[in-house]
Amino acid sequence: MHQKEFIQLVTPFKDKVFRLAKRLLISTEEAEDATQEILVKLWNKNDKLDVYTSLEAFAMTTTKNYCLDQLKSKRASNLQLIHSNYEDKQVGLLQKIEDTDSLNWVEKIINELPEQQKLIVQMRDVEQYEFEEIAKMLNMNETAIRVALSRARKTIRETMQKTHSYGIE
Amino acid sequence: MELNRIEKLLENYFQGETNLAEEQELKNYFASGNVAPNLKQYQSMFGYFSEAKNEKFTKEIVIHNKKKNTLWLSIAASFTILLGVGVFSYLNMETKNKTTGELGTYDDPEVAFRETQKALNLVSENVNVGIKSVEYVNEYQESKNLIFK
Repeated sequence: MHQKEFIQLVTPFKDKVFRLAKRLLISTEEAEDATQEILVKLWNKNDKLDVYTSLEAFAMTTTKNYCLDQLKSKRASNLQLIHSNYEDKQVGLLQKIEDTDSLNWVEKIINELPEQQKLIVQMRDVEQYEFEEIAKMLNMNETAIRVALSRARKTIRETMQKTHSYGIE
Repeated sequence: MELNRIEKLLENYFQGETNLAEEQELKNYFASGNVAPNLKQYQSMFGYFSEAKNEKFTKEIVIHNKKKNTLWLSIAASFTILLGVGVFSYLNMETKNKTTGELGTYDDPEVAFRETQKALNLVSENVNVGIKSVEYVNEYQESKNLIFK
């Protein structure tokens, strides 16, 4: 397989890999590095890629494993990095600020979720995979996924309601 | 009526029992801007999900082909070593052949005898010079034996 073919093969899901990595690693830079690393891993497996029926599912599983490993090694070393993705916020309208602010809130709440719930929310609510696909990627059964998803969605709702009522009271 | 349906969908949604089409319907509803006031609180949640999907990996994909590089490197290295050993042994053999070839022989036995004698004399002269210088040491040895008995 040539490099060009490989890149063509990978292009449809490289953004999904990146977003999943970012969901877990939070920092944009780290997610970019991770994506790069995962694509190189895939490329090195080049000749064995035909074995996998769905390359995308395999890539997502690899991403999950890679990022969890990264997190583990980071926790093992005492170094704690606090990531804030600094953004240049230049919006004129008050409404727009309020909107992005509440969207940021959702992101913060999701970042507080346990890793498994993060993974599932990302795969279902953002990437819109079928439960069957998620089950394969995470090596879990569908019922467990539904339960975790329901729990995560409820947590998001409750935390949102709390922050909203803080604003009012 | 539509509101009822949305509320029912929401309930199922939080139970994790909606399918993808229904979830898309919810997303569309909350993106429409025509949201009932009592459901406003969910708007940012669905808004976030839709927006999160738009993030792209913008960096160029760089693939270093590590495996193949090392393969070529090892081939090149083994070739260089082979070449080095080959050239070395080839040159060594050359010089050996040369020295043995240059010594030559004498055809006449008398000339050979004279030449051999000359060579042996040369060696013995040098050996005598060596012995002379060692005799001083013998002198030391004797006087040492006189003192330390």
